[in-house]
Amino acid sequence: MNAAAEAIAERPATPPAAGSEIVVHARGLTKRYKNAVALDGADFEVGNGRIVGLIGPNGAGKTTALKAILGLTDFEGDLKVLGMDPRRERPQLMREVCFIADVATLPRWIRVHEAIDFVAGVHPRFDRAKCERFLSRTKLHANQKVREMSKGMIVQLHLAIVMAIDARLLVLDEPTLGLDILYRKQFYQSLLEDYFDENKTILITTHQVEEVEHILTDLLFIRDGKVALGATMEEMGARFAEVLVNADKIEAARALKPIDERAAVFGKSIFVYDSADPERLAQLGEVKRPSVSDLFVAIMKGTYA
Amino acid sequence: MNAILKSPFAWLLKREYWESRRGFLWAQVTAAGVILGITILGIIAGEVFRARMGVNMSVHMGAANLSEMLRSASAHDIGQLVKALDATMLLFAFITGVVQFFVVFFYLLGALYDDRRDRSILFWKSLPVSDTSTVLSKVIAAIFIAPVIAMLVTLAGYIGAQIIVSGWFLAHGVNPFGLLWAHTEPFALWVHLLAMIPVDAVWALPTVGWLLMWSAAVRSKPFLWAVVIPIVAGVLNFWVGLLGLPNIDTRFFWGDLVGRALLSVVPASWIAPDAISHGVNFIDGDQLGAISYGSMGRAFAMPEMWIGAAVGIALIAAAIWFRRWRDEA
Repeated sequence: MNAAAEAIAERPATPPAAGSEIVVHARGLTKRYKNAVALDGADFEVGNGRIVGLIGPNGAGKTTALKAILGLTDFEGDLKVLGMDPRRERPQLMREVCFIADVATLPRWIRVHEAIDFVAGVHPRFDRAKCERFLSRTKLHANQKVREMSKGMIVQLHLAIVMAIDARLLVLDEPTLGLDILYRKQFYQSLLEDYFDENKTILITTHQVEEVEHILTDLLFIRDGKVALGATMEEMGARFAEVLVNADKIEAARALKPIDERAAVFGKSIFVYDSADPERLAQLGEVKRPSVSDLFVAIMKGTYA
Repeated sequence: MNAILKSPFAWLLKREYWESRRGFLWAQVTAAGVILGITILGIIAGEVFRARMGVNMSVHMGAANLSEMLRSASAHDIGQLVKALDATMLLFAFITGVVQFFVVFFYLLGALYDDRRDRSILFWKSLPVSDTSTVLSKVIAAIFIAPVIAMLVTLAGYIGAQIIVSGWFLAHGVNPFGLLWAHTEPFALWVHLLAMIPVDAVWALPTVGWLLMWSAAVRSKPFLWAVVIPIVAGVLNFWVGLLGLPNIDTRFFWGDLVGRALLSVVPASWIAPDAISHGVNFIDGDQLGAISYGSMGRAFAMPEMWIGAAVGIALIAAAIWFRRWRDEA
């Protein structure tokens, strides 16, 4: 684990509290399309200064939830972002909220200096010098057009612009999709080192859970348009356990009502438990905190069945 | 002034210019350049033929003879000369006007569609800019930025043509000043054409709104929706009439509905209805009368102007609504 991520992990757990600390507040968030329900009464809160992973299978409603938060879609239910209604107060809201939706959404005709000039012209919280400092670490040059860049370079430019905006909430929707591993690592590294602080909140959706789990402070699992699980990583570690069980203890392990079971090597099995007695688990075998992806699989079991 | 240039809306206009300068500027420069190129080719061809055929032009083109001619020129002759110069200006205005029509038409069709297709709308929407400002910046780009650039290119093209012809005159030892540059009428004509931009702007609103609305509304192929629907409707209306059933007067349908929806961005297209109702005679060399300040004033007295503007504004409002709530991107 790198130093920055450790710093995050050691931060005292500040679960979403009342009042101004709440950045996103959703109650009964519902969105119906013609033939499908994307969000079905989702309730969740995102506290200030958190890095929240919004994780769910395809079609669970993640992107719809983000679109509602960003005021890009209409919805039913109650949703407040920084105390504002994203449907009615979108232009004001976007001074405080920034997002990278998918990779490569920068217009292909724009040049680096035009993109910077434009954002500097329309965004009151954009710090041009900061953006130029970020860009100086890349190979991008001022006259380059987006259409001449690789996907990774486009994301570098987009990230440099977004990180230079002093926003309170940053929403990332699959920000590293299709990037190679160097760009992906660099992306999250930059976010932690140069952007994130206790006054900022980041909401991320991604399928590459392994890459973000060490930076997340909170998890929101979403399934069939509802929040299946929402907790801080600390709560998660206290509540869920993964045990590697030898073949001879498998029956005893099953008796403790695991939420998931899967085969491992040498006839061993891995069991995942929710709120089980740690002492009894220790008798079964080696106890670990489950990875986010294993926990995800356990909780989403049967989603596609 | 400085504050205006640094306002967010000014940046939205700059963005429109950056994105569309190929059409707004370079297409115009190319068109004017082609005219200048043809002028040069014509002069060269004339010189070559003259040399080959051994015709002695000095009788007509000789410096002494020409200045003599000028001295003895009647008011009518000078009038013809000025008309020729005006015609040069009008030629450039016509060419840039044609280019402007095509450029603006397709600019409007793509203005709220292209960024949805390539998903860059998600970047634009991540900035604190209202959808109303975004759409209005595109309206302003279509009805002011594109025409002003077209007029600047017109002026540059005229001056370029005068310089080329002056060079030709000088090569023959003729002083071009009295012939080509001493007459300010073409420049007054240019100011006249410039003054038509606001008239064109209000007149263009129904087409601007119609195209922007489809651009914002449809999932694909805005051209088909915007163009095919009115044409099919016009054909059906004609057919209904053919059957002897009650239909909308076909001249009204094509002229005042379809025409205004699709062709109001043609520069100076308000002249035709004004000229018809005021009996301005195009044929008899009264072209300039048709674009007099008086006819510009009368254009604002036409009910077509204001009904069209009202419909156009409603369509622009619809475009803003679609821009705000279309979320399939």
